[in-house]
Amino acid sequence: MARSRTKRPGLRTLVWLVVLFVALVAALSGGVLVAQASWAPKLALDLEGGTQMILAPKVTGGGAVTPDQLNQAVEIIRQRVDGSGVSEAEISTQSSRNVVVSLPGVPSAETRQLIQASADMNFRPVLAAGDPAAVAKEKLVPDDQLPKPSAAPTNASDTNWVTADVYKQFEALDCTQPQPETTQRSDPKKPLVTCQPAANGTPAIKYILGPVEIPGTDISGSTYQLVQGQQGAVTNQWAVNIQFNGDGTKVFKDVTQRLNGFYVAAGGERGNDARAQFAIVLDDKVLSAPRALAVITDGRPQITGSFTQTSARTLSDQLRFGALPISFDIQSEEQISATLGTQQLQMGLLAGLIGLLLVVVYSLFQYRALGFVTIASLVVAGLMTYLSITILGWTQNYRLSLAGVAGLIVAIGQTADSFIVYFERIRDELREGRGLVSAVENGWRRAKRTVLASKAVNLLAAVVLYFVAVGNVRGFAFTLGLTAIADLIVVFMFTHPTLQIIARTKFFGEGHRFSGLDPVQLGAVPLYRGAGRLREASEAARGSLKPKNAAAAGEAGRRMTIAERRAAEAEQQTDLATATKSAQRAERSQEEN
Amino acid sequence: MSTTVLARFGNELYSGKRSYDFVGRRKLWFIVAGAAVLIAIIVPLVRGGFNLSIDFRGGSQFTISQAKSTDTVVGQNAVHSIVPGSTPRVANVAGNTIQVQTDQLTDTQTLQVKDKLAAAYGVNSNEVASTFVGPTWGADVTNQALIGFVVFVGLAAVLMALYFRTWKMSLSALTGMIVTIFVTEGVYAISDFEISPSAIIGFLTILSYSLYDTVVVFDKIRENTADISTSTRRTFGEEVNLAVNQTLVRSINTMMVAVLPVAAILFIGAGLLGAGTLRDLSLALFVGILAGTAATLFIAAPMYAWLREGEPALVKQAEKVAARRSEATV
Repeated sequence: MARSRTKRPGLRTLVWLVVLFVALVAALSGGVLVAQASWAPKLALDLEGGTQMILAPKVTGGGAVTPDQLNQAVEIIRQRVDGSGVSEAEISTQSSRNVVVSLPGVPSAETRQLIQASADMNFRPVLAAGDPAAVAKEKLVPDDQLPKPSAAPTNASDTNWVTADVYKQFEALDCTQPQPETTQRSDPKKPLVTCQPAANGTPAIKYILGPVEIPGTDISGSTYQLVQGQQGAVTNQWAVNIQFNGDGTKVFKDVTQRLNGFYVAAGGERGNDARAQFAIVLDDKVLSAPRALAVITDGRPQITGSFTQTSARTLSDQLRFGALPISFDIQSEEQISATLGTQQLQMGLLAGLIGLLLVVVYSLFQYRALGFVTIASLVVAGLMTYLSITILGWTQNYRLSLAGVAGLIVAIGQTADSFIVYFERIRDELREGRGLVSAVENGWRRAKRTVLASKAVNLLAAVVLYFVAVGNVRGFAFTLGLTAIADLIVVFMFTHPTLQIIARTKFFGEGHRFSGLDPVQLGAVPLYRGAGRLREASEAARGSLKPKNAAAAGEAGRRMTIAERRAAEAEQQTDLATATKSAQRAERSQEEN
Repeated sequence: MSTTVLARFGNELYSGKRSYDFVGRRKLWFIVAGAAVLIAIIVPLVRGGFNLSIDFRGGSQFTISQAKSTDTVVGQNAVHSIVPGSTPRVANVAGNTIQVQTDQLTDTQTLQVKDKLAAAYGVNSNEVASTFVGPTWGADVTNQALIGFVVFVGLAAVLMALYFRTWKMSLSALTGMIVTIFVTEGVYAISDFEISPSAIIGFLTILSYSLYDTVVVFDKIRENTADISTSTRRTFGEEVNLAVNQTLVRSINTMMVAVLPVAAILFIGAGLLGAGTLRDLSLALFVGILAGTAATLFIAAPMYAWLREGEPALVKQAEKVAARRSEATV
């Protein structure tokens, strides 16, 4: 027990807790001053209202949207919205035709674009590539030298696709300026002249593309990762992986076989044949046009290049979300009021407050002065949760719904349980006859395990639900995890250090009858000696038990309950009988009081 | 009174002076739990499913503000007269607002129902707002939540098995949790409370609360039974029962502290406000916390004792205990 003999155990931990608080407050006030943070948590759709957008889905090539496609559209929009934070958006269908997206607050331009972004993705082979700017008049290829197809094209990479018209279009296109958004989509069976917009320092590129070879629907998934070197070591180069479905895999194998042929014929790495490239096209714009360095037979190509982590993630997201041939038109966008209104929130908070008061009364009744430690711990936990929620609202767009508020109120119970487990352990140690200081240390050692194991269950639930579930459930998981972590911090950094300190005060250390830790009330003292001596004896008290018990039943005696021990001692230690009797009398008189 | 009742109760439980036989009477508890689970399965089957909220099903919703009457039967009759055999759900929402939800109606039916409702509640038909809503909680949300549930249960089982070093504790804890979930679900089925997304979130909270509660009690059992093989004082079952009794005060205190705020929300908040997020969520939590605490004491712990008692080493140990006891009485 070297630790408990240091001058002021627990004090240092408390100082660290204060440092943590100062850091949180500093982070938040920094956010308020510099960025768009606020001192109050952000509220979710049901409490704050927000923006409601009605989106009409459109299938490429016309035709009605099937219910299946509509559901898929909802799923895609949900993924897009969830991808931008824990905002608890509501997404539903209306009149089996439209998708209704309700977002809390005013959605940022980014979020709006993300939702609107239509998703018409496909893969086309590159026929020609060129500088982004439009070709100057005097440099235009004369009419008589324009390409003239000699025969009908045999495959998508056939240059016979490039007619005079297509080439003129290619010359005229200016990719240095942002292209206007259009709702018209190109014909997948015809060649396409388009741009790869400038991004991340890569200049824009102008392309003539062959007809669509693989539609976006053939993509079954996409991930991004750091490239693994030959020895399996991770390099610092980012890559995007694509996974095709069965059809996609077959076609992609043929395509890469053809394109890789161009690559090899042009001289491999040093070659410069644009036809070795295939373009990933989203909404008629090229996202990326990698060269086919090999024939891909398993439908799992990996794209490498000058990716940053962000650009790799963006491309990977676009590939995943782009696998549905549906685009969205915004039909209406309007403000909606909170569905629950302030009354529900006020009632919820009022009920929570009443509940909290009941908890306070119950704790004081149960634990006397120790109940104040519970209450102080709950206050610390509450402050910490409030600060975290507010900071996360600023950085992660975390929003509190009424369900979230109720979840926080419920968390009171689980947070308080950590203290209850701990206090009951301390009481158990007192009942075994320890002094308070060592009871606190021993009780903590045993309670710590229990608290950690049980909180691990809560954290597990939170982490799994956060990563797997969507929508409301995700927000709930976030709250659950947050309160579990706040709870652990409070138990380790506040409750235990506080008890270490108060165990040394006269009021608690001597077991005042209102301290909640009175050995007499806990039935510990009458067994052995006078109350006064036991309290001073602390460690020795337990040691002094051993000879008596050894006389009783050897090893088994150690596992006796106090009642059994009492009986055994009454039998064998006749010299102690008077003391026991008087002690029992004392206990009886206690009970009668 | 210098000793609170519960503190003395705690002393007696800890010292072994007072003891409740949780483990010994397990047959009774298992039968009760089995019956409860059976009821929880049969009731929804007989009723033809749960009272799922519009968030899951979608449909038409009519909202009548400033209604002259708050009688729900009037609204039901009004809808019935247009769509016979339908099951409209009419609710009085905060004050004088009536909310009527039905399955999807045709446009003509919608207009007719709107007029009928306006007449029934004595308002102009422009005060009846109607919306045509799809489920906000679609199949994808349910699927993902279910996958999350299965993954969580699997990982939790592994975590507990590793921590306690026996899969039997995992199995017992999960059984307790499943009983809790069924009982909570059964209360919804019997009371016909609506299952809304909030209620689902309540179920998920209960899931983690139930396992959490069991882990706390099991940790004491683990401690008490750590050196069971060398002890002849008590059999394994008795040792488990003692651990449950010794943590009983903690179980009661925790349950009280957890349930008090929930009860406040359920009875005060929901009582004043009627149906809504708060009531849906707090009912699940209220029932779940009570059931979860009980399931730990009456199902999980006895089941663990039952699973282990048959182990040869523990059978031998029980014989030694019996031998020592008969020796002592002779």
